[in-house]
Amino acid sequence: MSATTLVAPQIELPLSPRWRGRVGMWCLIAAESAIFCIFVVAYLYYAGKSLSGPTPAEVLEVPVIASIGLFASSLTIWLAERGLDAGRIRQFGLFWLVTILLGAGFLLATALEWHHLIYDKELTIATNLFGTTFYSLVGLHAFHVIVGLTGLIVIMIFTLMGAVNQEHSERIAVFGMYWHFVDAIWMVVLSVVYFIAR
Amino acid sequence: MFDAEPISRPFGNARAHESVKPLFDRVHEWVITVDHKKLGLMYIGYGILFLVIGGLEATLMRIQLAIPHNHFLPPETFNRLFTMHGTTMVFLVGMPILFGFANYFVPLMIGARDMAFPRLNAWSFWMSAMGGVILYFSFIGGTGLYGAGSAPDVGWFAYAPLTSRAFSIGHSTDYWIIGLLVSGFGSIGTALNIVTTVLCLRCPGMTLKRMPLFAWMNLVVSAMVLIVISPLTAAQLMLLLDRYLGAHFFDTQAGGSAVIWMHFFWIFGHPEVYVLIIPGFAFASEIIPVFSRKPIFGYSVMVAAVVCIGFIGMGVWAHHMFTIGMTSYANAFFVASTSAIAVPTGIKIFNWLGTMWGGKIRFLTPMLFCVAFIFQFLIAGLTGIMLASAPFDWQLGNSYFVVAHFHYVLIGGLVFTIFGALYYWYPKWTGRLCNETLGRWHFWLFLIGFHLTFDFMHIPGVLGMPRRIYTYESGRGWEFWNMIVSIGVIFQIAGVLVWVYNAIRSYYNGTIAGNDPWDGWTLEWSTTSPPPVYNFATIPAVRSRRPLWDLKHPEDPDWKYE
Amino acid sequence: MVCVLLTWYELGAPRAALGRSIAAFQTPRIFSPASTPADSIYHLSLLVVAICSAIFVTVFSLLVYAVVKFRRRPTDDDREPPQIYGANQVEVAWTVIPIVIVVVLFLATARVIHAVEDAQMPRGTIEVTAIGHQFWWEFYYPAYGFVTANELHVPVSDRHHPTPTHITLLSVDVAHSFWVPELAGKTDLIPNRKNEMWIDPHLVGAYVGQCAQYCGTQHAKMLLTVNVQSHDDFERWAQLQKGQAILSEQVAAGRQIFETTACVNCHTIAGTSAQGKFGPDLTHLMSRNTIAAGAAQNTQENLRVWVTSPDAIKPGSLMPAMQLEQADVDALVAYLMTLH
Repeated sequence: MSATTLVAPQIELPLSPRWRGRVGMWCLIAAESAIFCIFVVAYLYYAGKSLSGPTPAEVLEVPVIASIGLFASSLTIWLAERGLDAGRIRQFGLFWLVTILLGAGFLLATALEWHHLIYDKELTIATNLFGTTFYSLVGLHAFHVIVGLTGLIVIMIFTLMGAVNQEHSERIAVFGMYWHFVDAIWMVVLSVVYFIAR
Repeated sequence: MFDAEPISRPFGNARAHESVKPLFDRVHEWVITVDHKKLGLMYIGYGILFLVIGGLEATLMRIQLAIPHNHFLPPETFNRLFTMHGTTMVFLVGMPILFGFANYFVPLMIGARDMAFPRLNAWSFWMSAMGGVILYFSFIGGTGLYGAGSAPDVGWFAYAPLTSRAFSIGHSTDYWIIGLLVSGFGSIGTALNIVTTVLCLRCPGMTLKRMPLFAWMNLVVSAMVLIVISPLTAAQLMLLLDRYLGAHFFDTQAGGSAVIWMHFFWIFGHPEVYVLIIPGFAFASEIIPVFSRKPIFGYSVMVAAVVCIGFIGMGVWAHHMFTIGMTSYANAFFVASTSAIAVPTGIKIFNWLGTMWGGKIRFLTPMLFCVAFIFQFLIAGLTGIMLASAPFDWQLGNSYFVVAHFHYVLIGGLVFTIFGALYYWYPKWTGRLCNETLGRWHFWLFLIGFHLTFDFMHIPGVLGMPRRIYTYESGRGWEFWNMIVSIGVIFQIAGVLVWVYNAIRSYYNGTIAGNDPWDGWTLEWSTTSPPPVYNFATIPAVRSRRPLWDLKHPEDPDWKYE
Repeated sequence: MVCVLLTWYELGAPRAALGRSIAAFQTPRIFSPASTPADSIYHLSLLVVAICSAIFVTVFSLLVYAVVKFRRRPTDDDREPPQIYGANQVEVAWTVIPIVIVVVLFLATARVIHAVEDAQMPRGTIEVTAIGHQFWWEFYYPAYGFVTANELHVPVSDRHHPTPTHITLLSVDVAHSFWVPELAGKTDLIPNRKNEMWIDPHLVGAYVGQCAQYCGTQHAKMLLTVNVQSHDDFERWAQLQKGQAILSEQVAAGRQIFETTACVNCHTIAGTSAQGKFGPDLTHLMSRNTIAAGAAQNTQENLRVWVTSPDAIKPGSLMPAMQLEQADVDALVAYLMTLH
């Protein structure tokens, strides 16, 4: 054996446990994106293949205001997060509330649109292939908005109870990722349903 | 790193002089646990229970098919049995057992105290469990036209439009949909947990390149699960909408497509079989080096190969659809991708051989199962190459040749490595070794039974016998082979019974194993058997792929060579 | 391995030059092709099996050698063997060689796919439309204008003046699959989709096959037979099928029963008021060897059982028990027996 001592290499620290919330949320986003992918594929595959009934061009109107509202809610939730990072709970609470209102407004607009389509244009999920794919894709997205909105409201209640402060900013940021994801999906759904396959 | 604690028994202390907690408290502890080790054992126990049930279903089918024109089972019951057998084995046996092993050993092997999200872990287990209960409730619940309950009878891949309300009356198909939907959420939860744990909770010094292959393979598997369970979830939601809200996704009368169900299902279904087998690779990659007394040959290549398999595996799904009339270009593409995946898979077989080469192989029970695995997986891979050749598949597809092929992979490949893993890690869970003689009896009985059944099952396929038929006429030339296939089942049952007896008996009477009965090199062998609930008193720091080798051979550590 | 042994066995099986014995037709074998698609597949399969066998023999030998040579012997000391971590040249070798093999296999396979799927049909091709039902086959000959069930008749095809049969595949309900191993690979019948296949049988005889895609309760008893006949025999058969049903006064009572009960809702008998499309066309029922898509031989006794209680022959088939008096059943069957 040689007399030189074996020099151990440095012990490196891999990705820290601090990141687990974000990594976990990315995983969830990956899985949910895959579900939406399949519904979008079904939508595109069946575009133009309905045997009867109303077509998209005949009945769809681009939901401009609702979409702007939803995209704006991404901005407001980001502003809320920044407030919490800096310890400004009032700013956080205010922008959080605006986010909730914008999200609720989006759902209301969707409900009104569906009411119009069902009762005035006679388009239901069972009418034809367009109806099937439209309501399922937009509905799946709306369901995710409802889940997000529920989380937003729960956090709002905690904030009003005074239980949320600066140390929770990482967790709030992870939840914010989910909301941004919902918005990103809406970009895809909006493009596919109201523009590409119209 | 070496904790000096007395052996604590995982299922409660059964010695007279120790205080025994009341049964209710012990059960309650397991029900509310978030400890990855207990959850891992529950997953495995659940999987083994359904292995026995699924095996019973298969036994009944083989009795029916042993002779032509048999009247042991009516067609309705037979059709329910093959549907439930397939669904059970994939979703209620394969996935749980593999998640169970991952749950128990990934944190231990990477030097962590638990998974990244312990409560999510518990939620995921109970969701998976509930999915199985819902599926099996179908046998007794609901109403069906033919009596004897209404278990689903549409085949495990539930092709449309056979699953529409028009052709699947009653609720049997709904049990299939909802049971798997619920179980699928559990799978996504566990996969998310494993990915996050592997990426974020490795101990100091354990870079990705120093992780045990077991952890790498579970990382790849979990990433795949995240992406591929979702197409099944989506397709099942669409089917539910068809059946209950009048949607037309798969309604061919309204212009819908039966083929799109096939695409969605197989986009899930094919990667799913890689999800099932890659953990088998993980077990082999841990057991073979330890029993050959050499490190795994070509670690980096093995990692690259499994990542390749993960990627390419997402692009081969339509080889299950060669007969549906795709264009010649589409068929050719899937021939290419399916054949391509043989390359990384073959590389792995060669690397396991390379690990054994030049070693000093100890043929204890875990190694026996792994050697048989290499032999059988080789054959299964080659029959897979045959099926990958689309025109050959036009003859062999949907016949007993395919049934033989996939059972060869799943039993000859996966179940054999699972048995190897059960013997290998039993001492870590319980503190005692399984009896070696009984282990050999199990191995040889099961090997003989497996080969009797599945070697000869290829022949009826070549002779034109399609799958999923409850009976056949005499004079078709299939009788003799079916009889041999059915006889093999007896040996397999005998082998499994020997194992069950061994496992139970060794729990009370087995030799005390100590921390490290096999002289292994990964971190789980540094803990007590079983490990304390917190795994490690001090989080270890590692310098190489085999931290225990470094400790046992301080004059010649691995990090000098890596 | 088993497959190699079986191939040798099949190659040795005698191939009749003229016709095939009735006993032989009952065992369909994929390695006894009698038509070009099956032939092409057979030759490709020989290449694939040969390559796979070579790979198997090589790797298996290495495995056996490793297991024998490198096992731990009782006389061994406790020293660990040399710890080898890998070898790049070896890794390259066993990556490149499989890639080459895969490329060869792909090229050979792509050629056959193209030859079978994209073949041009010559003039003189017989057109048949096969329609899958739960649990029987409907065959429509557009050029001749008649419909039959379960037993397909096609003319033999000479290699120099080919008269293949081109089959269009449709389904009215769920997915089925047309598989007659000696003639071609299987192709599925999928609702709302038109698939195509072709066969050009070289040998006269009867070839049996069955549905190869699970389609419901009686998937197992959805057999089909392809009767390959000489051109003259085929023409004779086709002309017979074109004709209307035989009207015999002796069985008028039976015909009366047929036309006034629910039979007419499902079955067609050309030239009568029975024009149902749900069940098989019965115009020339007695020209077929079996009933219920091969579930039973076409005899008087079996017809009686079938009409009285279909579940006795094929439980779960979609033909209902007709709830007729025994005397009515006898008369009805007597009528059916005249439908040549």
